[in-house]
Amino acid sequence: MSDTPPVSDRPCDVILDGDRLRLAGHLTIDALQTFDRAAAAELARRAVVIDITETDAVDTAGAWLLVALAGQGQGGRADIHGASSHQSQLIDTVRANMPPPEAGSETTGGMNDRLARLGGRIHGGAGAAVELVSFLGQVVATIGGIILHPRRLRLTSVVHHCQEVGWNAVPIVTLMSFLIGVVLAFQGAAQLSQFGAEVFVVDLIAISILRELGILLTAIIVAGRSGSAFTAAIGSMKMREEIDAMRTLGLDPVTILVVPRVLALIVMLPALGLIADVAGLLGGAVMAWVDLGVSPAAFQARLVGNTDLWHFGVGMIKAPFFALIIGIIGCYEGMKVGGNAESLGRLTSTSVVLSIFMVIVMDAMFSIFFAVVGV
Amino acid sequence: MADAPVIRVRGLVTRFGRHVVHDGLDLDVRRGEVLGVVGGSGTGKSVLLRAIVGLLRPAEGQIEVLGQSVRDTPPDAYRRLRRRWGVMFQDGALFSSLTVRQNVEAPMREQLDLPPDVMRTLAGIKVRMVGLPEDAQGKYPSELSGGMRKRAGFARAIALDPEIVFLDEPTAGLDPIGAAAFDRLIRQLRDALGLTVFLVTHDLDSLHAVCDRVAVLADRRVLAIGSIADMLDVDHPWVREYFHGPRARAAKIMPPEPA
Repeated sequence: MSDTPPVSDRPCDVILDGDRLRLAGHLTIDALQTFDRAAAAELARRAVVIDITETDAVDTAGAWLLVALAGQGQGGRADIHGASSHQSQLIDTVRANMPPPEAGSETTGGMNDRLARLGGRIHGGAGAAVELVSFLGQVVATIGGIILHPRRLRLTSVVHHCQEVGWNAVPIVTLMSFLIGVVLAFQGAAQLSQFGAEVFVVDLIAISILRELGILLTAIIVAGRSGSAFTAAIGSMKMREEIDAMRTLGLDPVTILVVPRVLALIVMLPALGLIADVAGLLGGAVMAWVDLGVSPAAFQARLVGNTDLWHFGVGMIKAPFFALIIGIIGCYEGMKVGGNAESLGRLTSTSVVLSIFMVIVMDAMFSIFFAVVGV
Repeated sequence: MADAPVIRVRGLVTRFGRHVVHDGLDLDVRRGEVLGVVGGSGTGKSVLLRAIVGLLRPAEGQIEVLGQSVRDTPPDAYRRLRRRWGVMFQDGALFSSLTVRQNVEAPMREQLDLPPDVMRTLAGIKVRMVGLPEDAQGKYPSELSGGMRKRAGFARAIALDPEIVFLDEPTAGLDPIGAAAFDRLIRQLRDALGLTVFLVTHDLDSLHAVCDRVAVLADRRVLAIGSIADMLDVDHPWVREYFHGPRARAAKIMPPEPA
């Protein structure tokens, strides 16, 4: 055996010589790419002996091919001749590790299977919902415990997360809300000017921003920013067994990891909502001034005079609930991360999608509720 | 048979910032041998391995594997060269989103153009060769024990029948029986596949059981290289401590001390 070139371009030749199947050349995994197995198997059927004296390299793949061809030979077992001691050792090793005959064929598809999968998914979804609610209960109970024993609160951690989810989000929330105000004023003006009712653009902006858009869009941004960060942070801790380590040290991960995050969100989301409201109104006022000639003073007068304070109240009432949804879902999905990196990625995206979805569902429910109570 | 070393390292210098890991390190690995690389924590065993396989660019020095330089090789030649070695990382480093069999198929899928059933069969053979049970093939790495993950990592390292296998602490964290079985596996596959093995280890039993030669890394270079018997005569505090300590005695490297 000389130095074997890394990639062989020489195919393996198969010659049937009486009842002797002669193989020559490279019998390696590279040669197997171009090897015509069907033709070789056809020839092997008539062979009693497989002669590999002329081969100059045999690797595991080649040995597998030899064993497979030998199995095709006359009497179901042709002899392999001409192997060096090294090669015959390899062939023996491969023969001992051949796949068991009748490797179970997997049956997939079919109506029953699909139904079963659907049922499994529904069952899984319902189970996850129950788990999520029980996680919520656990967090609420822990917060209750902290209210009774305030010393258990990790204040530093809460403040840290307040900065992360609140303060650091101020620029993006402000900018986004300002732009929404601008867009609303611009679109509203285009429509309202058709009736000469430009001045109602103030009401349009005030009601839509204060009541719905300010807080809803803030919640969506925070879900994308902080909900995903919660899942990723807690999930990677779970992956590296840090959560288990906490438990063995008698530290409660819910108290240490989840409660500060959820509390920080509950405190900061209304604050961010307030900032978004102000920025949105400002954007609307600027646009109303530039585009419609409604002066800031007129805007302010109409805003103060014509807008019920409850519009603002409705928006603010929703904020802590949205915060709770984002925080709970973000942390819960993080806790669900298993041993592999893929589940971390999957659950992070689940966390964002689910929390945005739940925020919108919650918003719709609030709309119905406020319509019923008449605010 | 040519006696040119399959791995030839000359004057290797690696540093991280100001911290010098290797300073003028020389090493030869001969064809077909199992070379054990030992050294205290932080002496740069894994760094050496990474430098040889090209994962880490050394500051200075030459590294030749199978007669070709690892550092200054065109990408295409490096690709071909890389196919001729396999690396097993400490915890297997299996792709966690793939099953064991898909992990072993992965190099074949990337490098070759084989029909799926052949890949499947070959991967199956490799998985069985490293002694994993049949049902492990369809499992994900997170469902395997540490020892099984290491075996699966080994199976992936030998998927393309490399000439050299780099093993980074294959027996660390295994129970003694599992470690002994892994040692046997290394020897067995070395004999069957004609491998050259570059083995980074802390495990004295392992050294004793599988290594033909031992290289000791200390003081930023290869302090000594030779058989385990040679190591007993090396006059260096760390080497003496290592090969004459109580654990070495337990591993029967040293004759027991007379009572």
